[in-house]
Amino acid sequence: MTLSKQVALVSMGYSGFSTVTPQLSFKEMMFEAANMAYAQVGIDPRAEVDSFICCEEDLLEGISITDEYMPDQLGGAQRALCTISQDGLNGVVQGYMQITSGIADLVVVESHVKFSNVLSKRDVHSLAMDPYLERPFLDDGIPLAALEMRRYMHENGVSEESVAEVVVKNKRNGLKNPRSSYSARLTLDEVMRSEELWSPLRRSYVAQPADACVVAVLASYAKARSITDYPIWIEGVGWFSESSWIGLRDFSRALYAEGASKMAYKMAKIDNPSKAFDFVEIDDSIAFKELQHLEALGIYPQGKAAEATLKGETKEDGSMPVNPSGGSLSLGNLAETTGLARLLEAFETLKKKDYSKALVQSWRGIPTSTATVVVLGV
Amino acid sequence: MGRLDAGWHGCNNGEVKRLKFAGTPISPEEWRNESVFFKKEEFDLKYAWDTGYAIAKFLEGLKAGKILGVKCNRCERILVPPRMFCEKCFRKVDEWVTLRDTGTVNTFSVSYVNNDASRREKPLVVAVIEIHGASPGMGILHVLGEVEPSRVRVGMQVKAVWKPENERVGAITDIAYFKPIEVM
Amino acid sequence: MTLFRHRMLETGKEMAFEAARMALDSAGLERKDVDAVVLGSAPDAFDGFHMKGEQLLDGAGGFRKPYTRVFVGGGTGVFVPIAAWWHVASGLADIVLAVGEEKMSPLQPHPQYAFWTIFDQFLERPLGVTLLWIFALEMRRYMHVYNVSEEDIALVAVKNKANALDHPAAQLPARITVEDVLKSEPICAPVKRLDVSPTSDGAAAVVLASEELAKKLTDTPVWITGVGWNVDTTYWTNRDLCYPEYLEKAARMAYKMAHITNPRKEIDFAEVYDPFDYKELHHMEGLLLAGKGEAPKLTREGVTQRDGDLPINPSGGLLGVGNPIAAAGVMKVAEVFWQLRGEAGKRQVKKPVNRGLAQAWGDLMQVGTVVIMER
Repeated sequence: MTLSKQVALVSMGYSGFSTVTPQLSFKEMMFEAANMAYAQVGIDPRAEVDSFICCEEDLLEGISITDEYMPDQLGGAQRALCTISQDGLNGVVQGYMQITSGIADLVVVESHVKFSNVLSKRDVHSLAMDPYLERPFLDDGIPLAALEMRRYMHENGVSEESVAEVVVKNKRNGLKNPRSSYSARLTLDEVMRSEELWSPLRRSYVAQPADACVVAVLASYAKARSITDYPIWIEGVGWFSESSWIGLRDFSRALYAEGASKMAYKMAKIDNPSKAFDFVEIDDSIAFKELQHLEALGIYPQGKAAEATLKGETKEDGSMPVNPSGGSLSLGNLAETTGLARLLEAFETLKKKDYSKALVQSWRGIPTSTATVVVLGV
Repeated sequence: MGRLDAGWHGCNNGEVKRLKFAGTPISPEEWRNESVFFKKEEFDLKYAWDTGYAIAKFLEGLKAGKILGVKCNRCERILVPPRMFCEKCFRKVDEWVTLRDTGTVNTFSVSYVNNDASRREKPLVVAVIEIHGASPGMGILHVLGEVEPSRVRVGMQVKAVWKPENERVGAITDIAYFKPIEVM
Repeated sequence: MTLFRHRMLETGKEMAFEAARMALDSAGLERKDVDAVVLGSAPDAFDGFHMKGEQLLDGAGGFRKPYTRVFVGGGTGVFVPIAAWWHVASGLADIVLAVGEEKMSPLQPHPQYAFWTIFDQFLERPLGVTLLWIFALEMRRYMHVYNVSEEDIALVAVKNKANALDHPAAQLPARITVEDVLKSEPICAPVKRLDVSPTSDGAAAVVLASEELAKKLTDTPVWITGVGWNVDTTYWTNRDLCYPEYLEKAARMAYKMAHITNPRKEIDFAEVYDPFDYKELHHMEGLLLAGKGEAPKLTREGVTQRDGDLPINPSGGLLGVGNPIAAAGVMKVAEVFWQLRGEAGKRQVKKPVNRGLAQAWGDLMQVGTVVIMER
């Protein structure tokens, strides 16, 4: 067993992935997703799972102390369960550490979101802003994305067309994805004629909310070998936060994604990220972010992602497929579940095609500067 | 493995330094007199939670004047409040069961405060009531009425007092309260 | 750690900074030496923030670092060092800063109100439930099943508030009597005012290091030899509240790791979560430090005093020092640390100690988190 094969992703389950899910409570969605994940590898959570990690934010649940409501539907009643206020992909990192620390062999990571149940989305998001210095101006945070987009475009000479092309590409990719709620066949023109929310941010550039639950099962080397013939190895992990103070950030680059990737690449022994991956699933919840993240992750040099996108390199059949799943722009904005949703896409894609290495990256969304990165290998 | 260092004494060379504990307490008077800077904001966060299958059926049952439970055939427990799956066996439950609307007080308390810490005008008796017809220990939270707080006992037998049919909406409050069953 | 007070001027970020800075200073480290930061803080509803963890990160030292917030209700304070532990034990980090922070005072009219939102939205909130109900219901059940009197329980409040007189950061140290407790205003019978710990603002932090580095940084390292955590089913009305099974499971997980087979003999002293006085007894039993229903006897006999055979809460606990939820748990871990190094000043327990335990608890009578530390 080498360092790169200490922890494997052995199965994943999901439920929801639509704009509304009225027939199921969040508990029932979790039960469905968990069952799917457990059935794939034939495990009994009551007897075999050592630890459960749930990734949620109270205010998106409408419940305080969300971990109270997590155990039963995962098979975690009277078991070692915890909640982290972080993206689901970070849950995978915590699970990775639990396994390599020796305290667990089988870890379940879960995240869910029911945006359709959050009637006061705008108020909830505005509560993430600093009350004195930011909220009076930045409302629910969307203006902040606009400010950053303008600076990013200005410093890197990025045209609006390249941002719109991300939307065209991802929404088209999503047409084949049954989990997609917002896929569409759009022209560049249609995307650029979409209503301007806060210039230069258009409505079409922002992923719209959806409901989903995703469950991932991680296993140690020995356990993975005993329950599946097709483990996907977690070869590198990294996570990084910049600052909550907007003024301390560099809008021209996603330093948080850079920091997370450096850590993951070191672990996975990747020297040249631009050539290492068969495809990448990265955050595009705001269209320009896909370009910014591609550069921060070292897939393209600074300022070059836009050009590559316009040339078609990042299309599904291009030289560097980016978000072949359709991304958040197609799947919907899934808040803290986004990272696991993309992990699910990468997990399935790695198995389907003759691929060997993928990168998954998440960003916690506005107004954060926090990212998690995972390198997967077959 | 793993070692802790907590901020009190810097003691690497055996010298004990007493560090100051930071923090500027604000007295209630200072707060009331608004002598410190603060900002007041009010938020009304609204949510519409999908009840899902199990709770929806339970609430429908309450509207019809019934307390429903579910049965797991593997552990043979009858569960209330009902849920789609048995958390012990981790499998879907098998059938719905109509329970009695009487129960036994498992534990109780007399509350003198509201949930914002203000004092109540009249004390409220709250209890966990094990519902008859469900497995032992299967309780629900509710309030007691028509009883002197000082006379409530663990083990007391109680019965649901339902709101009139036209006032029932499919909520836990369709049961107004539980009252003691008189022992003849 | 900072002072624990009902309301402080400092923001959550500032309190986290003060605690983190102090912890780094005492270890002789700078922020650049820290590989990762873990923060714990309980409900966002108190501070009126969404994604509170992100807001606090700069104060906790997480600027441009790997940073995560963990959250298991009241159990968070002891869970933060557990999460920090697996950061180090996994080999991914050598030095980790673990910070517990809580700012409960912003919520108007009273922090109590936030607790309403922890209850089930369909079956419990419509009844106007408050957090105090659930404690009172559990206290009554414990008293009923094991025949424990309110006087027995009051002894804990008396002990802890007196112990807190020697804690420089304490919010409510006091010399009270059992009668004071019994006569105090009934809030939710049988819970009375002096049975309850206050709501507070405060922060506390600890620094964890890998074995190699720990030996370089100090002559007296304190080792984490056991960790455990466990969450019970959401359906608290289906459980017999007289005994915390989930805590026993969490404790067993930690004892197994630490190779402890007889906790009553092998644990020298413990900081046990005491948001209410009866909880100390409840938890002592769940931790297998006392038989079921026997903790009151040990308390009556003075075994749990600082000069007793099994000192419990020599710090003064939450009852005396204060209860800024996540920070309170870290405070307990800090107390075990200071006691083991002989640095607890006037609070130092009489007997020589080599192994201590810190425990926190939370949720709907649901979660137990346990850390065992040794010289």
